[in-house]
This record gives sequence, C-alpha cells and structure tokens, in this order.
Amino acid sequence: MKKFGNFNIVALVVGFSFLYIPIILLILFSFNESRLVTVWGGFSTKWYVELMQNQGIKDAAWVTIKVAFISSTVATALGTIAGLVMTRFGNFRGRTLFSGMIYAPMVMPEVIIGLSILLMFVTLAIDRGMLTVTLAHITFSMCYVAVIIQSRMSSYDDSITEAALDLGCTPFHTFRLITLPIIMPAVVSGWLLSFTLSLDDLVIASFASGPGATTLPMKIYSMVRLGVTPEINAVSTILVGLVTLGVITASIIGRRQKNTN
Amino acid sequence: MNIKEIQIPTFLKRIFNGRNTVISIPYLWLLFLFLFPFIIVLKISFAQPVLAMPPYTDLLKWGESWWPTIQASFDSYLFLFSDSLYIHAYLSSLKIAIISTILTLIIGYSIAYSVAKAPTQWRAILLMLIILPFWTSFLIRVYAWIGILKTEGLLNLALTTIGIIDKPLIIMNTDLAVYIGIVYSYLPFMILPLYANLEKMDMSLLEAAADLGCRPLKTFWTVTIPLSLPGILAGCFLVFIPVMGEFVIPDLLGGSETLMIGKVLWGEFFYNRDWPVASAVAIILLAILVVPIMFYQKSQEKAIS
Repeated sequence: MKKFGNFNIVALVVGFSFLYIPIILLILFSFNESRLVTVWGGFSTKWYVELMQNQGIKDAAWVTIKVAFISSTVATALGTIAGLVMTRFGNFRGRTLFSGMIYAPMVMPEVIIGLSILLMFVTLAIDRGMLTVTLAHITFSMCYVAVIIQSRMSSYDDSITEAALDLGCTPFHTFRLITLPIIMPAVVSGWLLSFTLSLDDLVIASFASGPGATTLPMKIYSMVRLGVTPEINAVSTILVGLVTLGVITASIIGRRQKNTN
Repeated sequence: MNIKEIQIPTFLKRIFNGRNTVISIPYLWLLFLFLFPFIIVLKISFAQPVLAMPPYTDLLKWGESWWPTIQASFDSYLFLFSDSLYIHAYLSSLKIAIISTILTLIIGYSIAYSVAKAPTQWRAILLMLIILPFWTSFLIRVYAWIGILKTEGLLNLALTTIGIIDKPLIIMNTDLAVYIGIVYSYLPFMILPLYANLEKMDMSLLEAAADLGCRPLKTFWTVTIPLSLPGILAGCFLVFIPVMGEFVIPDLLGGSETLMIGKVLWGEFFYNRDWPVASAVAIILLAILVVPIMFYQKSQEKAIS
C-alpha cells in the first residue's frame, strides 16, 4: 500500500485550515477592543460584559435551553424506540413508510419542514410559541437518534436478549436491564446530538415559533441582518465553547465505555 | 352477549398487543407531525390567498347542501409557471446544488482519503476535528465568513497587506461567496460517509493491483473510486438534497442576484404573506427531491443492514 505521502499531508493541512480558520478568527475578534471586525484594537472582554447586560439575548438563550432540553429528552426516548423498531421488530405493515419518515427529515430542506409543520399548527389552531417549536424539534431530532441507535444495534449480540427471554424475563425488563445499558453510549450521544440540533436550528424555529418564543439563533440572525458586531462574535464564541466541551466529553465517555467492554 | 364479550377483547388484544403498541408510538408521532403536515401543504397550495387569518381560502365550502363543494384553484401553480422568476430560481438552485456538490466531493474526498491513510493513532483525533465543526451552529459558521469575505474584510486585508492585490476583491454578496459558504458548511456531511467507507476498504486489493503492475493513479481510478462508490453516493445525497432548499447561506452571503428557491419560499411566506404560493413552491421542490430522497433512504438502509 502506498504510504501516507506528501499529498495527504497537504490535503489535511489545507482542509483543516479551511475548516478551522474562520472559527478561530471569529473567536479572536470577540476579544477585540475595537467595534470594527477587521481592525485589532487590543484585547478586551467588554463585548462579553455587554452581552451579559443584553436582556433580549438572555431571554432568547433561556428559551433555547428550555426547548433544547425538553425536545432532546423526548426525541431520545422516541428515537430509541424507533431505532429498536427498525432493527428488532422484523417486518411489519408499513415498514417502508416508517423508514422513509425516519430518513427523509435528515436530508429534507429545512424550509419545507418548517413551512409544513407551521401550516399544520395554523390549521389545527394551535397557538405558536415554545410548545410548537419543541414539537417541531422533537420530530426532526428523533430521526437522528433513531439512526444512531439503528447503527449501534447492527453490532448488537442478540443471544443475550434471547437468553434473558428464555429465562423468563419479560420483554420490558429485558430492555431495561440488558439492552438499554448496552446501548447507553449511543443513547447519550443521541441526546447530545438532539440538544445541539435544537440549539442550532434557525429555519424551522423561525416558522414554528410565535411571539414571545424567540430562540437564540433567531435573535442572532436578526442581529446579523443589522450588521456584523463583536457582540455576535462573543455569543458565538460561548456557543462554540459549550459545544466543543460537550463533544469532547461525549467522546471521552464513549472511549471509556469501549475500553471497559 | 357472552360471545361478544369474549370476542371483542381478543380482537382488540391482537391489534393492541405489546409489539404493535411499541411500533405505534414513534409511528403515529411521525405520521402526525411529519407526513400529515405535507397533506396540509398540498391542500393549501390549491387554495387562494385572502386578507384574513389564516390568509387563504378554504377548499371545502359548506353550503346549503349536505355535501361540501370543493373549490380547488390551480392559480398558485399557474402563477409559478407564468412568472419566470420561479423557474429561474429552481434552475439556479439546481445549478448551485450540483456545482457545490461536486466541489464538496473533490475537497471532501481528498480529506477523507488522507484521514483514512493517516497513521492509526492520529485517526481518532483527526476524525473528531472533522466532527467538531459539524456540531457547531450552522448560522455561526456562515456568519464567520461575513467578516472574512466582506470588501473591507480580513481576506482582502491580508491579500492587500501581502501585496498580491491592490484593489479589494468583491466576493461578498456574489455567487462565489455562496459556493464558499456551502462547501464550508456541508464539508463534514461529505467527509463522514466517505471516511466510513474508505476506512473499511480492503487494502490488500490495492496491493494486488500494485503487485500486478498497476500505476498508483490508475489503481485509484479503477479500484479505490469504484469501491468507495456507496460512500460517494451517500455524501452527495447528504449535500445535494438540503442545498437545493438552502436558505441561510444565500440569504447571508449571497447578493440580490443570487436566486435560490429556499430564499424565494421564505420571502413568499414571511414578506409577501402569500401562503398558497409558498405551499406550491414547497410542493414542487418536494416533487423534484422525492426521487433523490428515496435513493438516499435505500442506500442508507443497505449500509446499515
């Protein structure tokens, strides 16, 4: 086999620079004294101080966290069931439709999902607000969880479940005592992915949300439309930092789990 | 009486057994919150806009008779085909989606291939570095490019300081900025399926080709590429389908000439408040995407099982 050559090194250096330079610059300029994004005016944390005094952003952040927490928890429960149904329930009537409804939301343009779910809420005369955003987020997040669970189940040893059932364990107890502990890392990463998907979503939230339920991405979007400010850089840096921390924690948990298995 | 009492419970038991109940929980959720909304979009696309809340006419008119009369109107669809703006927006989205999918594939393949070839102890960390931006907010990643690509932005500043250019490049608010934004945002979606595929590739096949005297480049084209085709297809679907309806990138980085159907739909809904036309735009976009989505579903099912 050809060795890891110069081409590979160049591809990795250029590729990772492309992926990371914009984020690094974004973080760097959140500590800029100057209001201009291109002129370095010295180190300062004043934009973070200003951020803490911005009630609009704080309210939006609180709404976002509540929506993300509830939607990721419900989505993880529903998605885990859906993933098990896809892998352990064999053929049932309407299976193709079910798998279509799991895979389609992952690639479907967000404007279509947002518009359709909003029109349904309007038709059923459900007031738009935090509830509707949460319902919309559960719906697309659960599909990601289902796929994560599904790929975890493909390397799952069925004989343990069969042994438990043979020994008289009920299906529910088998799930709770045997299957769930084994697939727990996948469940946790499904929850984390749902949480960040909900935290990041702008388009679907813009459609599904109503007055009083402005989420953080919606708030950031309206600020970006008015112009680039270091304050947006500061709020972005906090979000990037939180997500990085979450991903690293998740991968450490995953690795530890792998080592103990 | 007695027979009825026994028969109904067993009949119900067969429908509502444990297995079916478990299946029905996620099934009903998706039917109600994913599929049912599309039927409503289809319905509203045949309505007419009115100044009311909700701003469209009802399809079913309950008159004097027992049966409602159906008032379907094809005005929204006729309007879409009569105004060249919409056809242009669909074609321009298609063009942007195809070109950016190809660009993402070329860049993503080089990265995924290099990660798969990297020494084993590096791979985990390299893979995490690819996944990390994928978890970071889409909006923030697009926003980061505004400061770089602006006429008075960091790219022009760097290039003029070095002396490569003396007049700033105009990239912001052009199609080029949209391509940069799309490739940047969707790159992890391309790399991950490609890497998953390349990592599992049987390297002895490449050795066999080399032993039999095949040149490295020819081996790459005739062995590596065909073997990684499932990864290529999955990556291309994951980029092409959502880019067709992309809104954030053309809105923030593109200019007034950048036409994309996602932006048009957003405008029809939020600014013009013409819900029937917005619904018709969505239905036609869905009709274009339904075949690629089904192919994607098939390829994913095959990959997992």
